[in-house]
Amino acid sequence: MPPETILTATGICHSFGGLMALEDVDFQIKRKEIVSLIGPNGAGKTTLFNLFTGHYNPTRGEIYFNNRKINGLKPYQVTPIGIARTFQNIRLFGQMSVLENVLVGQHCRTRSGLFDAILRTRGFRQEEARARKVALEMLAFVRLEEKKDEKACNLSYGEQRRLEMARALATNPSLLLLDEPAAGMNPQETTSLMELVRQIRDQMGITILLIEHDMKVVMGISERVAVLNYGRKIAEGTPREVQNNEEVIRAYLGESA
Amino acid sequence: MAVFDSIHLFLQELIGAYYMQLIILVGINTIMATSLNLIIGYTGQLSIGHAAFMSLGAYCSALVTLHLGFPFLLSLLCGALFAAIFGVIIGIPTLKLKGDYLAIATLGFGEIVRIVCLNLEITGGAMGLRGIPKKTNFVWVLLAVLFTVFILNRIIKSRIGRALVAIREDETAADSMGINSTYYKILCFGVGAFFAGLGGGLLAHYIRFLHPKTFDFMKSIEQLCMVVLGGLGNIWGSFVGATILTVAPEMLRSVADLRLLIYGLVLILMMRLRPQGILGEQTRLAPFFSQKIRNLLQKRTRTNT
Amino acid sequence: MFIQQLVNGLILGSTYALIALGYTMVYGIIELINFAHGEIYMFGAFAGLLLVTVLKVPFFLAFFLAMALAALLGMTVEFLAYRPLRHSTRLAALISAIGASIFLQNLALLIMGAQPYTFPSPVEAKVYQTPFFTISRLEIIILIFSFLLMIALTLFIQRTKIGKAMRAVAQDKDTASLMGININQIITVTFAIGSALGAASGVMVGIYFRTVTFSMGLMPGLKGFVAAVLGGIGNIPGAMMGGILLGITETIGAAYISSQYRDAVAFALLIMVLLLKPTGLLGRPVQEKV
Ligand SMILES: Nc1ncnc2c1ncn2[C@@H]1O[C@H](COP(=O)(O)OP(=O)(O)O)[C@@H](O)[C@H]1O
Ligand SMILES: [Mg+2]
Repeated sequence: MPPETILTATGICHSFGGLMALEDVDFQIKRKEIVSLIGPNGAGKTTLFNLFTGHYNPTRGEIYFNNRKINGLKPYQVTPIGIARTFQNIRLFGQMSVLENVLVGQHCRTRSGLFDAILRTRGFRQEEARARKVALEMLAFVRLEEKKDEKACNLSYGEQRRLEMARALATNPSLLLLDEPAAGMNPQETTSLMELVRQIRDQMGITILLIEHDMKVVMGISERVAVLNYGRKIAEGTPREVQNNEEVIRAYLGESA
Repeated sequence: MAVFDSIHLFLQELIGAYYMQLIILVGINTIMATSLNLIIGYTGQLSIGHAAFMSLGAYCSALVTLHLGFPFLLSLLCGALFAAIFGVIIGIPTLKLKGDYLAIATLGFGEIVRIVCLNLEITGGAMGLRGIPKKTNFVWVLLAVLFTVFILNRIIKSRIGRALVAIREDETAADSMGINSTYYKILCFGVGAFFAGLGGGLLAHYIRFLHPKTFDFMKSIEQLCMVVLGGLGNIWGSFVGATILTVAPEMLRSVADLRLLIYGLVLILMMRLRPQGILGEQTRLAPFFSQKIRNLLQKRTRTNT
Repeated sequence: MFIQQLVNGLILGSTYALIALGYTMVYGIIELINFAHGEIYMFGAFAGLLLVTVLKVPFFLAFFLAMALAALLGMTVEFLAYRPLRHSTRLAALISAIGASIFLQNLALLIMGAQPYTFPSPVEAKVYQTPFFTISRLEIIILIFSFLLMIALTLFIQRTKIGKAMRAVAQDKDTASLMGININQIITVTFAIGSALGAASGVMVGIYFRTVTFSMGLMPGLKGFVAAVLGGIGNIPGAMMGGILLGITETIGAAYISSQYRDAVAFALLIMVLLLKPTGLLGRPVQEKV
């Protein structure tokens, strides 16, 4: 029986050569939740993502995923155990086709090696066919199947964000981290993005943690919101609770003032 | 393998020894360029020491022929494997380095190999290695080219090939897809070095004399030029690049002194004007030419009407 | 004997240090290995030689003129081969840099031919004997000049407005340009200074070994880069230290291990440093932003 909380982080500190980006952050995500992480620019949200995915190793603190300690693992080791992510500054494989991007996403779910590839073994061909099928399903899911042969760098901004999500989903995660998925989208695209995120959770049963600045998105889809400011978690609760939290209001007003 | 010799001799009779030699060198250079393209063009790792792997293969295969009397095919295989082992050995530590450092490390590796070959007794030192029997002929080269292109093509069009290109495009994102980029870079170096070693073995048994100078830094640059000219990430392009840079200096004997000067210009201008190489993003030759022809015809008809 | 090798290493190392500075400054600002730097060094040596022998310019003046001419060449290379590629991939810029290096080297071959030229000595050959080592007058001059140039550079970077702007650009290009610093201008200045220092080294080495050839830039160029990496690329005191360290290692390696493997020592050292401390001796580790 998998644990009720999918991810637990305790006492997380991270510094970049003296600059404390995160200080003593505790954080938990329950299975099949949609959680938002908000906070002013430079609060340390992306850094927290990078710690969860193994891109950085925390200066202090521990991270558990499905009861397994994961800090110290490399990104390529974290992905196979079920954490996928998108990047704040979209990182697609620009010169590859849309379909290939999603195929790369299935890298850790496929096995064939050098000799299978050279000999084109039956296992290889079956695996390729399966990977292709899954990739097309993912593309259909984010409504990009018609663009499958285009180069990723030629997609529009909103399409690129959706492709990045499809690619992340192709790794077959149980936890999906989305870093500002609505950034740069128009209101229409934002609405359908919210719908998409909900579908990912409801249809695929994937837990979602997202960083977002658009309060409409945050209030609209999250079941729980955590707020970071200057590397510290200053509030956590339902969207409504957080909205009325005085410290949060001050943090945001302080930024705009 | 007497059949191979007969075919070779028959063809040589047909086209003459001079053109035969050109074709064989084009073939060997194609092997070098395509395998280098796997490293640079597909995986995005700048290696400027490919000639060093070639020399490892050349010396190794020549030595097993001379001292152990190995049959040709086996000696080629020895050379290729020997180079591949070094590809992996040099790969394990240096491939953790980011692009520019890697370039310098491969360059340094190439220099070390050259200096060592220059000073060892078994390689003939500065006198060079003489008396290698001539075994390379047209058929062997043709088979080796086909083998190389076939294998590389299959690797590229697989899960591994996609991983390599993903590393080139964005290593951080590739890591996030569960790709162990260090492993794949080493793999690609090993494979690239294997074929470079194969090319070296063929060369050794063709020119019959090896000297460290044959495989100096400029040789690596020449091979880089072939890849860049034909197109990074385009196997057929490397064939075109290798052909041009093998044939052109022969055709333009009068400007032979300018050869390297032109190589330098080619590198600068290609990066600036056509970084995708002559063939561009076309991955196959036929569509490229048919497209050109179609364009030409269209232009004709347009001007006619 | 050992102290003698140390002194010889110091002299060689100070010429490497001057070359290394050019690499490190350029890398610090545009993150590009300026492969053509070795050729700028060679150009400096030729310029000095021709000024002295053909135009009969006094030595002292020729030295500085060669530096100025090399600065011009460095700026030209940057403008033609690197600037157009500033927004393309690093691979493209690196290949272009290699192209520039090959081009310049073979241009020199075309113009000057393959034969070595002899640089006349500017000072009479006088050797001083100390209890531990001997040193020639020329060697003393080389040491003094190298160190004066390094001190001048340090003062320039620390004290002048342009020097401070250079440091700002190396730290953070975007912020620097927001603060009104003209990035292109700073890059040009960086190439000019780096090239001038490289040329100074070229002239001195040309005089020291009494030969100037079209291919003389290749090895010292590579070694200058090794020195820069050794000290931590992008780090100016590091480059000075790396150069001297490399010079000493190489001289001692050649004396005690094998002189045939002299050039291999530098590369073995490079590969070792890259493995053990890729950021170099004085370089600080940076975490790549994701
Ligand atoms: N690789 C890095 N090196 C140095 N400082 C960094 C690095 N990544 C982030 N930072 C700093 O850490 C702080 C938090 O950054 P980040 O997590 O990206 O904030 P957010 O995503 O909340 O906007 C910022 O001050 C940022 O400048
Ligand atoms: Mg962020």
